Amino acid sequence: MSDSLDAYLVLSGLLFAIGSFGFLARRNAISMLMSIELMLNGVNLAIVSFGAFIPALGAQGSVIALIVIAVAAAEATVGLAIVIAIFRNKHTPLVDEYDSMKQ
Amino acid sequence: MSWDQLVPLIAALPLGGFCVTALIGRRLGKGAHWIPVLAVFAAWLISMAAAYLALSGTAPFGAGGFDVRLFEWIPAGSFQVNAGFYVDNLTACLLIVVTTIGLLVHVYSIGYMSHDPGYWRFFAYLNLFMFSMLLLVLADSFLVVFVAWELVGLCSYLLIGFWYRKRSAALAAKKAFIVNRVGDIGFALGIMLIFVSLGTLDIREVIARVGELDGARITIISLLIFAGAMGKSAQFPLHVWLPDAMEGPTPVSALIHAATMVNAGVYLVARTNPIFAQAPSALVVVAAIGIFTAILAASIAMTQTDIKRVLAYSTLSQLGYMFAALGVGAWTAAIFHLMTHGFFKGLLFLGSGSVIHAVHEEQDMRQMGGLARKIPITYVTMLIGSLAIAGIPPLAGFFSKDEILGESFKNGFVWVWAVGFAVAGLTAFYMFRLMGLTFWGSFRGPKAVWDRVHESPPVMTIPLVLLAIPAALLGMALGLPFGANTIAAWLKPVFEGGQAVLRGGAEEATFSLFGVDGTLILASVTVAVVGLVVAWRLFGAELAGLRLAARPERVRELTARLPFLYRASLNKWWFDDLYHLLFIVIGGRIAAAIWWFDREVVDGTVNTIGGGTIEAGRGLRRIQTGRVQNYALGIAVGLIVMAGSYLLLIER
Repeated sequence: MSDSLDAYLVLSGLLFAIGSFGFLARRNAISMLMSIELMLNGVNLAIVSFGAFIPALGAQGSVIALIVIAVAAAEATVGLAIVIAIFRNKHTPLVDEYDSMKQ
Repeated sequence: MSWDQLVPLIAALPLGGFCVTALIGRRLGKGAHWIPVLAVFAAWLISMAAAYLALSGTAPFGAGGFDVRLFEWIPAGSFQVNAGFYVDNLTACLLIVVTTIGLLVHVYSIGYMSHDPGYWRFFAYLNLFMFSMLLLVLADSFLVVFVAWELVGLCSYLLIGFWYRKRSAALAAKKAFIVNRVGDIGFALGIMLIFVSLGTLDIREVIARVGELDGARITIISLLIFAGAMGKSAQFPLHVWLPDAMEGPTPVSALIHAATMVNAGVYLVARTNPIFAQAPSALVVVAAIGIFTAILAASIAMTQTDIKRVLAYSTLSQLGYMFAALGVGAWTAAIFHLMTHGFFKGLLFLGSGSVIHAVHEEQDMRQMGGLARKIPITYVTMLIGSLAIAGIPPLAGFFSKDEILGESFKNGFVWVWAVGFAVAGLTAFYMFRLMGLTFWGSFRGPKAVWDRVHESPPVMTIPLVLLAIPAALLGMALGLPFGANTIAAWLKPVFEGGQAVLRGGAEEATFSLFGVDGTLILASVTVAVVGLVVAWRLFGAELAGLRLAARPERVRELTARLPFLYRASLNKWWFDDLYHLLFIVIGGRIAAAIWWFDREVVDGTVNTIGGGTIEAGRGLRRIQTGRVQNYALGIAVGLIVMAGSYLLLIER
């Protein structure tokens, strides 16, 4: 089972589902950012597996994964900076209290 | 200075006078009349010189007229309008009337308005009017004529409502303005149709090229131009404003509402005579409306008690004569009557102003009587004016009125002649009723007023005397010898083109004093004398040795015998009531209904859509919670739905 594409895709799907659930259910902004990382990594795993198991793709799978990692790093930086800025104003990490946009 | 500068100066001087007086007149106080009077005097001098040169056919005016190009007013692609002046013999005749009477009225106003707080304002308006009227007769383009047309209307409005604190004056001004607008819309449409048809608004070019159009279109253009003339010259059914316009100061009634502005319509039709010559059916309309107005107004004038209203209806009636003359193709006679009427009616109005002044602003003739002994100069000059308008030879009105009646008979419009003949008798009657009630018999007003009745100052009586001279002599000067008179020679270049079209080559009937013409003259003089004698028998007369007492009991008996006619005449044939019913009551109801429709249906639809949008937005606002995770859930659900539907529907 260890050398079949399906196993990797199942794991990747599981990681993505856990990340989605975390993003929707956790109220802590930091936890939500971590959930986003989990989703990104789930997707990355799927891409790398495709690259490894389908010879026609060659190095393309690995390249896309690298780009996703770079974008994820940038996203994490900006996201964290925003969360810290909001935290300084609101004195709470809980997103359901971030409701200034309402009305 | 050359005539290129002098001709524009005729109009520019009163304009300058208006500007100066309007700006600094208040500070000039009782000296405010100097600038306007001098401006009009200078304009009068130039006009007289120009008219003399034009009428004697001297260069640079010549027989073809004199042209001044001022500037290109509207250069917009194919729409070209040039501002320019044009002086030909017709303009020259009008210049004589407008500037002479204008000058005398200005001088008269120095005396008449001397106690009025709005002294400077009055002279500013008068000068603005002089400018507008001179622009109207000098302009060579329909658009400039239209601008001047509206300007004289504005001045008329301002001067009727001069005593604007008096409610009746303010209402009369509004009425004059609104009724005039009805005619002006017709005139404006006519100008547009001319431009659409011929691509030019230059009057001479239009006249030269009007033959290119088909008959129906020429008729429509003619009728639209005549609609404008009907408004300005107060012809039926737009006649209702002129009697009310008597609310203005008397010099205004004399200048604007008797001698000049109301003649603008006659001038316009005469100016565009080649257009009308090619539309014979339009000419019949002109003649019919003119002669109907003449008899309608004359019948009303017979019973009015306000001295100025009698004169106002008389003006309507005489304007009707002029239009009848235009309609039967007697254009020279129309302009002749315009000139003589301008002088004697201006005289009569100024005289009535002097009377009103003498009896302390009383206008009701029932409160007058026997004034001849107290105000002799006013009496004699008004007597001359009355004899002139009644058509008693050899005064001015006889010649011009007789030419109108004779021409209409000879041109085959016997019905116009018959009605005009009756109107001639009525005219003599109502004028001598006015004279009898005002000047003869005994005074019927309060004793205190009688003791203080006084002749007007020289500044008012001298214009009366100066107007009495042309009222007496102008007819002889221009109307003799019969058949080949001066005025016909003057106006021949203006009218010969139109006459050639109208008559289609037929020879003009020669004049025969001992034939049809002499008979017609005898008939109209007889009917005038009959009217005069009847008025004398009923309302009294005191002329030299002739003394007839008024017989009010006979008047009462006569009115009792003809109750319907008497009431119709007294109530002006109920035209004011009819228009009140039609336009105020019924028109108001319709307007209210339309307003309701606009408010409830048109506005209602728009407001419902707007209100619905606002309400929907208010409801939808609830789903915007502002929480990140709610939105993220939305994204997730949306993604699942899209991916799921892709898998379920497309992949299958």
